[in-house]
Amino acid sequence: MSVEAAPARATLVRRRPPVAVRRRRFLVAVANHSLLIAAAAIFLLPFVFIVLTSLMTNEQALSPKLWPDPFAWHNYVEVFSKAPLWRYALNTLIYGGLATLGLLLSSIPVAYALARLRWRGSNAALLITLVAMMLPPQVTIVPVYVLWAKLHLVGSLWPLIFPNFLGDAFSIFLLRQFFLTIPEEYLDAARVDGCGEFRILTTVVLRLAKPAIAAVALFSFLFCFNDFFGPLLYTGENSQHWTLSLGLSQFRSLYQVQWNLVMAATLIVMAPVILLFFLAQRAFVEGVTLTGVKG
Amino acid sequence: MSAPAANPPLLLDRTKAKRRAAWRRRGLVAAFMSPWILGFTIFFGYPLVFSAYLSFTHYDLLSPPRWIGLANYRYLFTTDQTVWPAVKNTLWFIAIAVPLQVLFALGISIMLSRARRGVGVFRTVFYLPALAPPVAATLGFVYLLNPATGPVNTVLGKLGIQGPLWFDSPQWAKPSLTLLALWGIGNTMIIFLAAVLDVPRHLYESAELDGAGAFARLRFVTLPTISPVILFAVVIGVIEGLQYFTQAYVAANVAGGSASYSAEGASELGYPEDSTLFYPILLYQQGFRYFNMGYASAMAMMLLAVAFAVTFVIVRHSRRFVHYQAPGR
Repeated sequence: MSVEAAPARATLVRRRPPVAVRRRRFLVAVANHSLLIAAAAIFLLPFVFIVLTSLMTNEQALSPKLWPDPFAWHNYVEVFSKAPLWRYALNTLIYGGLATLGLLLSSIPVAYALARLRWRGSNAALLITLVAMMLPPQVTIVPVYVLWAKLHLVGSLWPLIFPNFLGDAFSIFLLRQFFLTIPEEYLDAARVDGCGEFRILTTVVLRLAKPAIAAVALFSFLFCFNDFFGPLLYTGENSQHWTLSLGLSQFRSLYQVQWNLVMAATLIVMAPVILLFFLAQRAFVEGVTLTGVKG
Repeated sequence: MSAPAANPPLLLDRTKAKRRAAWRRRGLVAAFMSPWILGFTIFFGYPLVFSAYLSFTHYDLLSPPRWIGLANYRYLFTTDQTVWPAVKNTLWFIAIAVPLQVLFALGISIMLSRARRGVGVFRTVFYLPALAPPVAATLGFVYLLNPATGPVNTVLGKLGIQGPLWFDSPQWAKPSLTLLALWGIGNTMIIFLAAVLDVPRHLYESAELDGAGAFARLRFVTLPTISPVILFAVVIGVIEGLQYFTQAYVAANVAGGSASYSAEGASELGYPEDSTLFYPILLYQQGFRYFNMGYASAMAMMLLAVAFAVTFVIVRHSRRFVHYQAPGR
């Protein structure tokens, strides 16, 4: 909206808009901003209520009062004694860490082969990858579960971690899209210098694709952190291996925990993700945009 | 391969070398692709085929699968009383919640694109709920919408409105889940915002010269230009709608309020009165609570068919209402 600067230009003489138009534009901007502020307030309100409730005593959480009085800070200590939150956190870290590691190790070369090596069948492989990405996981879940049951690994985290070492469709696709944008000249220069494809991948491509790889790693870790279906299916029977998501879902029903403590736990589970977001905001936004625009 | 044939031995050497190079290259591709080949065989190809086979059997994981022909499908289509509600709930979610999500995200991103101040702050605020882990967000909403003591009904009560029973009422359970889904539109919003900001300025300027008002510019410039992104959001929304599981499972469980990890817990799925019994939840219940794995496979096959059909139809018909910018950047 650089309307003010326009009259100075010689070719397109634009008159300053009349007062009525300017007033209307101003009013529209005010309305727009008020709507945004109202919507933003509504979006924040659930967080506010969760925080407030997590600081209430149990009696107060069940009363119509909305402001904690007195503030029950000890809720955040007490909640750790109600359920093994640390164990859940450790399990989540094991799941997310190993799965992300495996996913990067396996998906990067595959994505490179799909994006940069010309070979017969690469299009078919890409198509299969896309289909795998689109189909609901429930479609293949029964035989996969049977497989893990036969290997006696149901009840552990391995059925969740191991498949990531054999590539993940979404990550392969995302990385491929990014690898395509790397100018061929860089790769050719490396080839002229006598680099094999493997060295090109580990030196040139990895260095150039750092933002995309960071985004993929971030998404993978978040997926594991948020995953509920997987842990429910494979570790449901064995609470030793529950992750935060699964453990939290059982707070109310299994442990009979009161609402104020449940909200404290909810906030404890939300906090790492939100913290991660503020630390890696750029990777987030870039990653989300990458998925959308290139899709 | 069309090297000058002046020097036969050299030519022979050359073709040999070429062939060797081609093999090396094939080996390289195979090495790079090996995780994919293994992974997609074990975790995608094989399960698809085996699932198709299991759908014609009775299988409970303990005894070997017993061939029963079309009995699973017959039961699915004619006898099972819970399938139809599950299908209806899933369709409800796809037909109502998904379009609402897209519209809502679009509205917010358009408003954001016009904001002059505080864009960064607004964007963060609208994105934040999408970060909340689904289980945590669901728990939060079940508490917020708790009919008796939840803050929402408390505030509504102060305004003189009798709040509904939300997650405890068969009529309001799905709308409550929809509210939860609308809260988490951050990702879609970011994608839309990037697209809206990407619309070339000159299009707006020429539209303005043609006398287009703000609404006309939105209708004839912004929307057509970002239509591929909208289509993308719809497709993703529908695909996610077909697999909608976590929020419905957790909400039913917590609002239903029983120890969920027990055999009786399975009956809480769909609480209240099967109103949140979505198709994937029914599949899970049949396959992994009752261990009717043959029947669950038949359900999975139906889901496969529908997912395929939906994606195909949407992408196929998109040409008619989606505008792709001319190729060649």
